[in-house]
Amino acid sequence: MTMINFKLNGIKKTIETDPNRRLLDVIREDFKLTGPKEGCGEGECGACAVLMNGHIVNSCSVPLANVDEQAIVTIEGFSKTPQYEVIKDAFAEAGGVQCGFCTPGMIIATQSLLSHNPHPSDEEIKIGLSGNLCRCTGYNLIIKAIKIAIKKGEGLW
Amino acid sequence: MKDISKSINKVDNDVKMSGQADYVADLEMENMLYAMTKRSPIAKGKIIKIDYPELPENYYIIDHKDIQGKNIVKVIFDDWLVFTDKEVNYIGEPLMLVIGPNKEKIVDIINHIHIVFEEEKPLFEWKDSVLDYHFEKGQGSQIFDAADHVIKKTYTTGYQEQAYIEPQGFLGYPEGNKVTLIGSIQCPYYVKNAVIQALDETQENVRIIQATVGGAFGGKEEYPSLIACQLAVAVKKIKQPIKLIFEREEDMSVTTKRHPSKTHFEAAIKNNQLIGLRAHVGIDAGATIGLSGVVLSRALLAVSGAYTVDHLDVSGDVYRTNTVPNGAFRGFGAPQMFFAVDMFIEHVAKALQEDPLTFRMNLLAKQGDKTSTNGIFRDPILMPEMIEKAIDISHYKEKLNAYKQAGNYKGIGMSLFFHGCGFTGSGEKEIIKAKVRLKKAYDKVYILVAAVDMGQGVKTTFRKLIAYILDIDIEQVVFNNPDTDYVPDSGPTVASRTMMIVGGLLARAANTMKERWTEDCLTVEKAYEQPDYIQYDEKNFVGDAYPAYSWGVNVVEVEVDPVTYQVDLKKSWSVYDVGKAIDERVVLGQADGGLAQGLSYGYLEVMNHQKGKIMQKNMTDYIIPTAMDMCDMETHLFENPYAYGPYGAKGVGELTLIGGAAAVAKAIENAIDKPVYKIPVTPEYIMELMQDDND
Repeated sequence: MTMINFKLNGIKKTIETDPNRRLLDVIREDFKLTGPKEGCGEGECGACAVLMNGHIVNSCSVPLANVDEQAIVTIEGFSKTPQYEVIKDAFAEAGGVQCGFCTPGMIIATQSLLSHNPHPSDEEIKIGLSGNLCRCTGYNLIIKAIKIAIKKGEGLW
Repeated sequence: MKDISKSINKVDNDVKMSGQADYVADLEMENMLYAMTKRSPIAKGKIIKIDYPELPENYYIIDHKDIQGKNIVKVIFDDWLVFTDKEVNYIGEPLMLVIGPNKEKIVDIINHIHIVFEEEKPLFEWKDSVLDYHFEKGQGSQIFDAADHVIKKTYTTGYQEQAYIEPQGFLGYPEGNKVTLIGSIQCPYYVKNAVIQALDETQENVRIIQATVGGAFGGKEEYPSLIACQLAVAVKKIKQPIKLIFEREEDMSVTTKRHPSKTHFEAAIKNNQLIGLRAHVGIDAGATIGLSGVVLSRALLAVSGAYTVDHLDVSGDVYRTNTVPNGAFRGFGAPQMFFAVDMFIEHVAKALQEDPLTFRMNLLAKQGDKTSTNGIFRDPILMPEMIEKAIDISHYKEKLNAYKQAGNYKGIGMSLFFHGCGFTGSGEKEIIKAKVRLKKAYDKVYILVAAVDMGQGVKTTFRKLIAYILDIDIEQVVFNNPDTDYVPDSGPTVASRTMMIVGGLLARAANTMKERWTEDCLTVEKAYEQPDYIQYDEKNFVGDAYPAYSWGVNVVEVEVDPVTYQVDLKKSWSVYDVGKAIDERVVLGQADGGLAQGLSYGYLEVMNHQKGKIMQKNMTDYIIPTAMDMCDMETHLFENPYAYGPYGAKGVGELTLIGGAAAVAKAIENAIDKPVYKIPVTPEYIMELMQDDND
């Protein structure tokens, strides 16, 4: 058991637990935030994606020890931001949501991409999404959503 | 009148995007236990002895001895055991559930259950035919007597895994005498009826609720019934909430997949014309038959593809092997068949030194033509115009010739296909007997059906449909996830039937409600009535197998790396006739997603078994497309309203997958100038084809 201090959605948290536990399990089980999903459990599908210090990480592949003194934002936290509002409207307009299981991860990936590169090329968008699997959409409408978000959110990133 | 096709925002967008939607894994209850499955490690053998470790308090083992009803999962064919008892027939076959409060402890218990088997020789070859079908059209096999010569080719297709991103799962709990299960399912009443049979319970004592479904694609059609039965037995005995969620590796190793197939074609040729076809289709059922017979039927019915051939001799076999059972997957036999037949017709044209496009155009099925089973294509068929559109927007003809000449490893291919909408034959009338209910309470209207939104958007399109007919705001229409305590059995969410059949019934109910709109509260029910013209003899394969057909054209352009033989998709162009889109954006979403699955079935998705063990056990080994793999997909819809569909709507969901494999395989043929006979067309297979040339 170790004491881990980290910021979760902007709020300081301290938890005494096994440092080898997966961040995903701690988020879902201890903090009851179920926006990040478990799709594969091996860092391949991106359904469990969260932001760590603004960068996308697969929370199923991050041991809690690595989170000490870091800032984690899940979809629950990100959905309170103006950037989320733009991305959300863009996904709705493009039709980028089907079953929804990959969607929180896709939105986290979009934020991670645009916050580091506000005007990505098509190729850069595809690379930005390549860690997130979607079986429903074939990605076209998600890419379209991101292009809408880039336009409508000009200046936000 | 507003056009219903004009898109609106999906009603479940916000709850899904913000992470608030509850999938089954997100649900928790007090005193909830977890269940995991102990499985067979061998492909075939008798169970001689089982040694159990001592169970700590609040840990349980549930197996066949706990089943009070029938130890059979109710599917179509009664050969699927809830828990195996005396023998095992595939690696991963479920033996028992181990249940308790701590998952690590459960794993430890599972590892300490020792089973002694008397191993037997498993069967992997396709020898044990458990179902065989045969039918003829026109002169059948006799037409071959009139042929100058016969062209023969064989086509094979591999496994395909649904790879829904949300694995299978249920949460079960007791409610008094009732067993309630909430899960990731396509077919609430399939699950309910299966659980009733396994528990030997009454209708009242089994309740099934749909959780938000994170993708299904057929993979949550019949498979959930198996784990629901297991969990229900456990809940009834232990009387505590129990959650059973598969991990990815387990899901991939043991759940049903698309049937591998082998199709042998023969073309009877006279005066350089195709006068008849003979086909034999074999599919691998795995260890249980389940619904394999229906999959084979759907394949056989599509034997002449989008073409009319007057004389057919058609047969097929379902083979049982000691491998994981195969089952429903979007398209249901049609993707296998359309790959084979569309390749074969092209290969026949080439063998006859005819221009393949002209040859195919001349053979196209037309309104009034006889189907493969002597039914009639009653409605207008727009394929000539649709093909022209696809050729026009893709520059198919110019590219086809240019790439062939250039030998620059670029290629373009075009597939032509249809999908029979709804259940095959008299399934709707005889088996499903769909009922829908629409309830008005003051300013709200409640849709009460068992259809499931699994991402395809039916929550949006059904509410839109009712709002349009009643001319009310969509906010006034309520459609909650189906709960069998409240909704009638409108049938399973399968077979591209949801909008055309269930939506059609709802539209009729809404029209009745509209006439009585002044009443504050009323309930309208409608039950399925088969159009008079549908007469189908299932045993002999004679008559109209489907009430309506949706049609499609896919063109895809590829580039093959001359060194690595990796295939790169450049762009696709598709044209579909789905009758009438109830929401254009929803249909375009289906078009993209279906085609992505169809294309990757054709070149990317490799799954195989070695001695009965599935070799791809996770998302790293089993490759589905990422955003980097997919290309820009352009889609156009042709309106061709169907009289019995709501606003003219026909089936959409499966159609969009069916043509992908043939289109990409033909594009690769064009790029490498070699005939392709199997999918997926992997770099290894391309290398084989290229080396044949060098010999």
